[in-house]
Amino acid sequence: MSIPFSYNLRNLVVRKTTTIMTALGIALTVAVLLAILALVNGLRSTLSVSADPLHVLVLRKGSDSELVSVFTRGQFQDLKFKAGIATGRDGQPLASMEVVTMMILPSVDNPDGANLTMRGLDPVGIAMRRNVHLARGRWFRPGQRELVVGKFVADRFPAAQIGKMVHFGRGEWQIVGVFDAAGGAQNSEVWGDLFQVSSDLQRVDAVSSCLVTATDAVTARALVASLNDDQRLEVKAMLERDYYDQQTSAAEPIEYTGLIVALIMAVGSSFAAMNTMYAAVARRAREIGTLRVLGFSKGSILLSFLAESAALSALGGLLGCLLALPLNGITTSIGNSSFSETAFAFHVTPNIMLAGVVFAVVLGSVGGLFPARMASRKQILTALREG
Amino acid sequence: MFRYLPLVLKNCWRNRRRTILTVASIGISMCLLGVMIAMFHAFYMSDPSPDQALRLVTRNRVSFTVFIPRAYQVQMEHVPGVRAVTVANWFGGVYKDDRDPKNNFARFAIEPEKLFRIYGEYRIPEDQRKAFERDRAGCVVGRDLANLFHFQVGDRIPVTGSVFPGDYEFTVRGIFDSPRASEILYFNNEYLEQSLPEGRRGNVIMYYILIDDPAHSARIAKAIDALFANSTAQTKTESAQAFAVGFLALLGNVKMFLIGISAAVMFTVLLVSANTMAMSVRERGREVGILKTLGFAPGSILGMILGEACAISIAGGTIGYLVSTLLMRLVAKSPFGAYLPAFQPFELPVAVACVLTAAAIGVMSSLVPALSASRTSIVEALRSTD
Repeated sequence: MSIPFSYNLRNLVVRKTTTIMTALGIALTVAVLLAILALVNGLRSTLSVSADPLHVLVLRKGSDSELVSVFTRGQFQDLKFKAGIATGRDGQPLASMEVVTMMILPSVDNPDGANLTMRGLDPVGIAMRRNVHLARGRWFRPGQRELVVGKFVADRFPAAQIGKMVHFGRGEWQIVGVFDAAGGAQNSEVWGDLFQVSSDLQRVDAVSSCLVTATDAVTARALVASLNDDQRLEVKAMLERDYYDQQTSAAEPIEYTGLIVALIMAVGSSFAAMNTMYAAVARRAREIGTLRVLGFSKGSILLSFLAESAALSALGGLLGCLLALPLNGITTSIGNSSFSETAFAFHVTPNIMLAGVVFAVVLGSVGGLFPARMASRKQILTALREG
Repeated sequence: MFRYLPLVLKNCWRNRRRTILTVASIGISMCLLGVMIAMFHAFYMSDPSPDQALRLVTRNRVSFTVFIPRAYQVQMEHVPGVRAVTVANWFGGVYKDDRDPKNNFARFAIEPEKLFRIYGEYRIPEDQRKAFERDRAGCVVGRDLANLFHFQVGDRIPVTGSVFPGDYEFTVRGIFDSPRASEILYFNNEYLEQSLPEGRRGNVIMYYILIDDPAHSARIAKAIDALFANSTAQTKTESAQAFAVGFLALLGNVKMFLIGISAAVMFTVLLVSANTMAMSVRERGREVGILKTLGFAPGSILGMILGEACAISIAGGTIGYLVSTLLMRLVAKSPFGAYLPAFQPFELPVAVACVLTAAAIGVMSSLVPALSASRTSIVEALRSTD
């Protein structure tokens, strides 16, 4: 027969100071773990929103980012009538030649200036990105030195507000609008007219890359294969999704460091939980003896103390979730492979909160194991005499 | 004050299991804190090593990924205080299979005759250095890299370019020793220049500069940037140390990361220690009453309990610090270590910071139980059970 769980809960309530302090210790450990998971999760979801499964990105052979790639107008003429590329309402192929470069603006975090990805593209490129919508202002006009900035850029860079002028290339550019990419990485970019941007960079003929929309997901894969095999074009094509997956690798060092930190903290907190449970066992020696006299078996006492430890740490886990919740939605940034900022928001999901609570329960149970074993092994007579 | 030390220590040791668990718990958390403090110190507070203090790095103001002209070099060499300038092109490229992170070691195109002058701390046999200067397709590799791939002098290393297109093959002409992590390969920039198409020549990603005196570094950096302030490619010159920190900052907000984790760890330690002290004082109610009956003043009792907490947390802090120095050694050896500024295994400020933090945590955690114990009346204390 097992000891009712309410016995354990009441015990936790009676020793509320100790309970709260131990639980808070566990909560902080869980909060650190959740913060790291939320950060990595946020970055992953930002990058996955950015990619359209139908999009194929075409770079120069050997390049692994748009920034170092070179793509010529000649290549574009050969490429845009390839089979498998969808056509827009006007009957033109959905293929967008783009130039990608960097610009520097002072941001909230880096007053000395942080790098931003600057993209020059034609209206077809905007239309192809279905997650991007104009939030404020208007789009840039062809042939004008006008820029439209992503939502995160507008939030994080005081200089990037509608109506302001910024210096880039060979002149001053006016910011005329803000677009929202529904949480995608494009929110960290600045967009302008393809011709104007590339002529300011003196690379009108040799732009950076080309983005095409395939008619369907299967064709997209076939298109990637046929472009890569085309000896004449000499390009490297990949699904936009794979491209963004590659970019997530930036999060790996943070993820590993965070997990190691959380693990070390977990060992520390499980020792603390062990301390609390040993104290609980010591204080309740006579109670344990009484329970044994009443006929509860050794096993049920072991289980009861384990359950108490698990309940204590589950409380800690829940508190940890509460501590980590305010992080949800806070934006931060990370350097991507082209050394510019990608901003994203912490993403605290039910899944990772569950992971946090499970983590807490595991560490609490490990900490409670030895004290519970000690409690179950007490001799009835000595236990009754103690305390 | 120290009269009561034996009593304090005896008190620490009376519930051995609890003390050991607490010390272990604090020690583990403090070793994390030790690593954080050491990193913070290395990044933001330490003096650069003597050879590093003499180096500046110049790059395009916008980004590493935008070039600056080769023509700048001559002008830079004429700035007063500049001793030597070398091109340093981060080459990137792919060795074997780039999906294995091991293969992504750093590769730089430099000017061989200047490399070992600017990096005075590199040690290389004289004949190997000369062989490297003579062979246009030659390269030198760091000892760590040589050990990793078992490279030997005379081996050929094929690399396919990414930033700079083309297939390259370097012959190992020498292996150098460096006090820092050295998973790095240097090859002749001339080889790169000659392999590039006409239109892409004469571009430089970075310049490494050797200066005459660390005290002049700010002035020289300013003078160099002023030279090109009105050109299309503006430069940014900074000390090698600031450059390393800036490079790391690209990974994210490192400072916030370090401070956030340190705060969480410190608060956890505080809770653990406070919990232990509360438990141990609660058990001792009657004993405190007896001490008071014997004539111990409230102040002495306060001091004894605070001392006990401090002793436990300082023990944990010291153990934690010692473990953290071992951890830092591991961090320095990891590939990540190449981005870290050089640091010593023992830094007095770091050690002092760790132990002081531990002591402060001890005092803070036991203040409440200690005050209440010293304030309870004798009768009350004697009556308490448990």
